[in-house]
Amino acid sequence: MNTSGAKKVLKKNAMALILFFVYIFFVIMTRGEIFSASNFTSLISQNAYVFVLGTGMLMCMLTGGNIDLSVGSFVCMAGAVFGVLSVNAHLSTPIALLLIFGLGIVYGIVLGFLIAYLNIPPWIATLAGYLAFRGAGTEILNSASRTSAITGFPSSFLKLFSGKVAKSAPGASISYSCLVIGILCIIVVILMNFLTRYGKLKKGYEADSLPYVILKSVLEAAVIGLITYKLAKDGGIPVVLVWVVAILLIYNFVCEKTVIGRRFMAVGGNSETARLSGINNKHVMFGAYLNMSVLSVIAALMMVARFQSANSGAGVNFEMDAISACVVGGVSAYGGSGTVFGMVIGATLIGVINLGMSLICSKFNLNQDWQQVVKGVVLLAAVVFDIVSKSDMKWSSLFRRRKNIKEFSKENSPS
Amino acid sequence: MSKVLLEMNHITKTFPGVKALDDVNLRVEEGEIHAIVGENGAGKSTLMNVLSGIYPFGSYEGDIVYDGEVCKFHHIKDSEKKGIVIIHQELALLPNMTIGENMFLGNERGSKYCIDWNKTYSEADKYLEMVGLTDSSKTLVKDIGTGKQQLVEIAKALAKNARLLILDEPTSSLNEKDSKALLDLMKEFKAQGMTMIIISHKLNEVSYVADKITVVRDGSTIVTLDCEKDDISEDIIIKAMVNREMTDRFPKRKNVNIGDVMMEVKNWTVYHPEFTSRKVVDDVSINVREGEVVGIYGLMGAGRTELAMSIFGRSYGIGISGTLKIAGEEVILKNPKQAIRHKLAYVTEDRKGNGLVLSNSIKHNTTLANLKALTVKDEAADRRSPIPKLVIDKDKEYEVASEYVEKLRTKTPSVEQLVGNLSGGNQQKVLLAKWMFADPDILILDEPTRGIDVGAKYEIYCIINDLVAAGKSVIMISSELPEVIGMSDRIYVMNEAKIVGEIPASEATQNNIMACIVKSGKEADGIANE
Repeated sequence: MNTSGAKKVLKKNAMALILFFVYIFFVIMTRGEIFSASNFTSLISQNAYVFVLGTGMLMCMLTGGNIDLSVGSFVCMAGAVFGVLSVNAHLSTPIALLLIFGLGIVYGIVLGFLIAYLNIPPWIATLAGYLAFRGAGTEILNSASRTSAITGFPSSFLKLFSGKVAKSAPGASISYSCLVIGILCIIVVILMNFLTRYGKLKKGYEADSLPYVILKSVLEAAVIGLITYKLAKDGGIPVVLVWVVAILLIYNFVCEKTVIGRRFMAVGGNSETARLSGINNKHVMFGAYLNMSVLSVIAALMMVARFQSANSGAGVNFEMDAISACVVGGVSAYGGSGTVFGMVIGATLIGVINLGMSLICSKFNLNQDWQQVVKGVVLLAAVVFDIVSKSDMKWSSLFRRRKNIKEFSKENSPS
Repeated sequence: MSKVLLEMNHITKTFPGVKALDDVNLRVEEGEIHAIVGENGAGKSTLMNVLSGIYPFGSYEGDIVYDGEVCKFHHIKDSEKKGIVIIHQELALLPNMTIGENMFLGNERGSKYCIDWNKTYSEADKYLEMVGLTDSSKTLVKDIGTGKQQLVEIAKALAKNARLLILDEPTSSLNEKDSKALLDLMKEFKAQGMTMIIISHKLNEVSYVADKITVVRDGSTIVTLDCEKDDISEDIIIKAMVNREMTDRFPKRKNVNIGDVMMEVKNWTVYHPEFTSRKVVDDVSINVREGEVVGIYGLMGAGRTELAMSIFGRSYGIGISGTLKIAGEEVILKNPKQAIRHKLAYVTEDRKGNGLVLSNSIKHNTTLANLKALTVKDEAADRRSPIPKLVIDKDKEYEVASEYVEKLRTKTPSVEQLVGNLSGGNQQKVLLAKWMFADPDILILDEPTRGIDVGAKYEIYCIINDLVAAGKSVIMISSELPEVIGMSDRIYVMNEAKIVGEIPASEATQNNIMACIVKSGKEADGIANE
């Protein structure tokens, strides 16, 4: 591979590279603790909601940088309502699930109608939900239970959203079924990489160079292998990971390969062009917010299952996590460009910083507030690095320019 | 011979992978109007950016001698200090600010900490008078037309004490009357001793106003012609620009075969979406036949675009009335989607604003209006299936986009190139490709050659001819008379929301078309007087 090609690849994947270095940094700082099997599991189960909500937020942002501020509060309220349905009203799990998804769809339709058909700016329309749902959720919990939290969910529900699959046999230190799944995934990924290249070459299209495909396959295999090995050591694959992977694959497919994805990109890229090309912008906006609400319900169920309780603290700042996952992951704040893969990298970076900082804080007895400070600084640094490396700007030219301005003002100052 | 004000010697500027300027030499004498002409992408704008310091000293080779001294501009402010002021092609005024505020933006009048508004507006009025504008400087920029906005830009440049004024395509958004006024203003400034550089595509304007013409091609200066000594006929300039003999500016069609009426619009009336009592299209009836190019000529603001967009699925205007027949059958098109389904296409005049998604690739833009065609292998089978197919055949998409790039000779390294990175002419080709792929029977082309160079224009004309040769119907809206006359089989003349004339191509001349407009204007005045 020539150097300019290599540079291009690096530029495109700058954020992934940053993620790698940040991870290494935390491995060193925590003396390897973050690299332990149990921390792999917690990284996944703690951040599952970011991936789910980030996917929904990605679809909203693609339509023109629109965001949904209400997701965090809606997660709280949906959890509370589900608690009432499932625990207090003793409804069977399938019916309770059906009803809660119904609630999500109703909210999505209302929100979509407000934004797409009444042209209310999305952040105003969702700000109302941000305020109202937090209050409503807390009120429901207060009236439903003396402790303001609903617990005692049926295992038929918990099994769906928490716990593990491909568990290790009793007494075994490692889950072999988990390893087998990992190997199968690696084989599928490598096969797909090479088949795509082969297919392109056969039809005479431009294809990635062979060394690049090999390198890509090796890296992907290493990442999948590492994750499944660590999960196997920790006793199996978390159920939420199955959900997350399924959602990511589906949405990646929708964005990259379907008419729907193309419409989202076009509306965000230039809504007038999209309209005159026969695309119904209103349908797209409506779809984005309906979709977001449904995904919020899934995130709510994940949270309830993880803590085995519906409480009023659930979902605080989730909207910010989802938005930052997208922005860090290179989704345009103006709409029209962004990928699921980018969002995943962004979400993982945030997750790694969260986990790493809490490990460092407990190790060195630091105040938890420092976690917030470092998180802010690292996020900003990561995005600045990403932007500068993507553009043609050079660090040196940034400084040279400053010097010019100084010289200029010196020349022109009255002396 | 008068004094040389500006000399640019051996300017070479390279961007990663491209040599944008290659040993360019330019001499501008004091008090002359110097025109720079060249195809899009020839390097005219790059040259001016080097001159004005947008590309700072050190990023190019060669030197700039201005007023006898070698200049090293690091910033646009440096060159403005010396009196070199550039007016860019795209108007850079803020619509919600007043003329005065705009004029002194970044150059505010008053003390260091406080703006003196009285001084601002009185000075602004002074400069407005110099450019012959009678509006108050307290008028909001959005309330004046583009012609006047261009004058405000010039007044703004004067306020910076310009000695060398550079105008980049100053008339591209103006109608003929405003253009003429602007060119006359330039001549007036010349008489007062100002030096000007004008960059333009419009050769008739250049020969009208310029003292010297420098032709730039592929990043090099080809020739500098003196308008008094040398032959500056359009053919010679065009030849220097594109390096080929243009035997005919408009390709002739062979086997003209005009069939039945394809689309007919009757008594079409449209109202303005905001000023709801204003008719923007008034009782218009037109038709277009199979295999025919129908031109619609009119000045800016005549209602041509409004007519076209209201036909195209009511994408503009309110209170639309009238009948629309396609292939003999009356249809009601409520939105662009239905219009496309009825094989109608509207190729916009505003390719950046509502024609293309600049942040997307050529490939994605080409297929945007007809994504459905990429999802089905067998159309008949698809009609039977109740579930719409949504998965895009990416291979097919790549093939389609490549095919059109080849067919329309779009200059690009690959179909993955972002449309925003292409030159105007190539963007226009992508826009045409997009609508050709939508497989329409009737195409409405709104200013299909606006802002693109002569070579690309010729290619677009060829594409139009190919389309009608294949039995399509084309309605071409244009404000360039030679183009309308050269391309159309039949011409409608539109003025003040009405069709004021219908002239077959054989009888069309610049004179009788303009006569239609002038006559209708008088009639309208007559009615108003009664």
